[in-house]
Amino acid sequence: MKSLRRYLDKIKPHFEKGGKLEKLESTFEAFESFMFVPDKVTTKGTHIRDANDMKRTMAIVVLAVVPTVLFGMWNVGYQHFMATGQEGTLFELFWLGFLKVFPIIVVSYVVGLGIEFAFAQYRGHEVNEGFLVSGILIPLILPVDTPLWMVAVATAFAVIIGKEVFGGTGMNILNPALTARAFLFFAYPSYMSGNAVWTHGMMNGEGIIDSYTGATPLAEAAAGKIDNLPSVIEMFFGTIPGSIGETSTLAILIGAAILLFTGMASARIMISTFIGGLVMGLLLNVFAVNPFMEIPAWHHLLLGGFAFGAVFMATDPVSAAQTPKGKIIYGFLIGLFAILIRVINPAYPEGVMLAILLMNVFAPLIDHYVIEGNIKKRLKRAKT
Amino acid sequence: MSKVIKIKKGLNISMLGTAEKIIKKANQAEYYAVKPTDFKGIRPKLVVKVGDKVKAGTPLFYDKFQPEVQFTSPVSGEVTAINRGERRVILEVVVKADATIEYEEFQLGDSTNLSKEEIVAVLQQSGLWPAIRQRPYSTIANPDDTPKAIFISAFDSAPLAPDMDYVAKEYTDYFQKGIDILSKLTEGTIHLNINADYPAAETFTKAKGVQINKFTGPHPSGNVGVQINKIDPINKGEIVWYTYPQEIITIGRLFDNGIYDATKIIALAGSEVQNPKYYKILNGASIKNLIDGNVNDGEHRYISGNVLTGSKISDDGFVGYYDNQVTIIPEGKYYEFFGWATPGFKKYTASRALLSWLIPGKKYRLDTNIHGGQRAYVMTGEYNKVFPMDIYPVQLIKAIMVEDIDKMEQLGIYEVDEEDFALCEYVCTSKIEVQSIIRTGLDLMRKEMS
Repeated sequence: MKSLRRYLDKIKPHFEKGGKLEKLESTFEAFESFMFVPDKVTTKGTHIRDANDMKRTMAIVVLAVVPTVLFGMWNVGYQHFMATGQEGTLFELFWLGFLKVFPIIVVSYVVGLGIEFAFAQYRGHEVNEGFLVSGILIPLILPVDTPLWMVAVATAFAVIIGKEVFGGTGMNILNPALTARAFLFFAYPSYMSGNAVWTHGMMNGEGIIDSYTGATPLAEAAAGKIDNLPSVIEMFFGTIPGSIGETSTLAILIGAAILLFTGMASARIMISTFIGGLVMGLLLNVFAVNPFMEIPAWHHLLLGGFAFGAVFMATDPVSAAQTPKGKIIYGFLIGLFAILIRVINPAYPEGVMLAILLMNVFAPLIDHYVIEGNIKKRLKRAKT
Repeated sequence: MSKVIKIKKGLNISMLGTAEKIIKKANQAEYYAVKPTDFKGIRPKLVVKVGDKVKAGTPLFYDKFQPEVQFTSPVSGEVTAINRGERRVILEVVVKADATIEYEEFQLGDSTNLSKEEIVAVLQQSGLWPAIRQRPYSTIANPDDTPKAIFISAFDSAPLAPDMDYVAKEYTDYFQKGIDILSKLTEGTIHLNINADYPAAETFTKAKGVQINKFTGPHPSGNVGVQINKIDPINKGEIVWYTYPQEIITIGRLFDNGIYDATKIIALAGSEVQNPKYYKILNGASIKNLIDGNVNDGEHRYISGNVLTGSKISDDGFVGYYDNQVTIIPEGKYYEFFGWATPGFKKYTASRALLSWLIPGKKYRLDTNIHGGQRAYVMTGEYNKVFPMDIYPVQLIKAIMVEDIDKMEQLGIYEVDEEDFALCEYVCTSKIEVQSIIRTGLDLMRKEMS
């Protein structure tokens, strides 16, 4: 550790202005501050600073995602073994999933961080940690057999068009991970929907037994086959087909607990999203004209990507509403629209992604009206 | 009985080195200084030069914009240095003190019959007028204004701050005298805000001619800006004056004795002080003999004021005009190996991002390390947790960043000061320099309105 520090101090001058590697200054700074929290001290303003920083914050969010990653890997193996009618040990299932999922994670990080580093250097900024979270979220919302080049293209699209053109992390309007997902959804629909994409190996169809359909519960429900829906227990634990990280409500709730306890995500958004979904589910129950509208409202919260979206996507602080009141409205509307799109619109079997992206766009408007209220109050006070 | 106003949002940072309640009389310092940088928005014009002899109460400089306002020497002696900074800005006017202090005599007569004009004139000549400041902008009050109220915060909730009840309890008569003088300056109410958490000194509770308000809750409940916001918020075009107990005591003493006696009590606190105690000093004293043999080894940050809003001084620097404490904490010039990944039992955070929440009540030895790099805003809602006013802090800061005067006004810039944002700056994960942004906004606004 000390020798590493000495080595870094030795090579540091090369990366500073005027050094022969000054073009890699941001990159060096990123790796250096990754290994060592810098020795910089306060110069003006408060003399002490909180020990929490962006790296720590992002690290906690990544930690909260880990349960869904691990479960997702296992479930990839589980679904594959089920589809092919084989038996396997816990480790075999997990290992297969690991081999399929890990490359997607690597591609997502390498492409995304590569672009981030390049932009940071171009702008003369330090590299922002935001992508550490986006980079793990992107693989989790993809079907397991998504070709790696697609992952790369979608990540590049999300980082450049979704984030960097607006000025980088903190300035983006849309959630970067969902931007990547939406890009793939509309650009390569045959890889993103249908019954075959959710289970590893089904796309080329070898060795799949006849009784296995690979359909996600939502696809079954949309097709009106309500009887084919898995049990609540299966939906809660997540032993169902779906995107890599979205299936297990339990793993997601563990993540939610970490996020809420450490205060790294907004409880207002998370809870109001669930409430919004529940309210829309109940409304649909009341006006039910088909079997899908009749399923118990709370089942919707376990189905598809709802829980994942509510916990990890809607709470992205940059693209969400920022005022306390605005957060409640924003979350509630996400829940509402997600279930509405899911049940009413036949073109999209899942509505969470579109609901969140839609509300990302409206978040500034919600904030605007909340703040307008504060301004009006102040004006009124001045008059009386 | 006055009602108790409860402040819910805020943060008490628990630090090592609270001053023990023993008042020591400090040996007279060799040097004293008045620092123009303590006063917001003034342009100092010197009236002395190096080598001049001055008495306690002799003007050293005045403000170009308000020439009647004099800034006077706290001691008698010889002007030995005029320290300047970048672009020849005057930083300090240093006076070497005589062994026994001679005072300028101010002819006052019977203070109960003085008119407002006479009082203002005496305060201006004696160098005590700057003790009264105004909101908005936190500049020295303008005697031509009619403030709608005067606010006095009689307790300090900042980290390691001195207990004002303890400091003021000996000076009940002077305090009342000072209040009487202040009451002649305004038709409005004088609000005396005391803490409700423990019995306040009788100096405050028995004060006459004031409205007593009680506050409870974490810092910044002692900030006068928060108190104004809760009791009688400032609207556009309104002015509120504010001052603090020790300044009032000094004013009372001036009108009783006819001299500028700059005695005040400060707390010497912080984890690096061996014997943190209260000291009786003259305002503007060098801290050199206070810290002599009283600090631990190592590189330290010497702060006149508290760790959130104070100003950095050297180890022979001077106590600021408005400051009631000197804080000494370690500098944080070190690298931390994978610091963001450690459990963090020994580090303090207002969030639960580190495991140190497992040890409640622990007092920390906090240093000046930033613990990270500056970023764009990512997290939201952090400031709201420590900012008790009915104002949207981040939105106001963003309005200042884009210099949108209308928005700043609409979002309540008249009601705030840098110090009200100090905790926002402390908790900021993006390590943004919030206080200096607010100052920029206030300066911009002031320029726009004048």
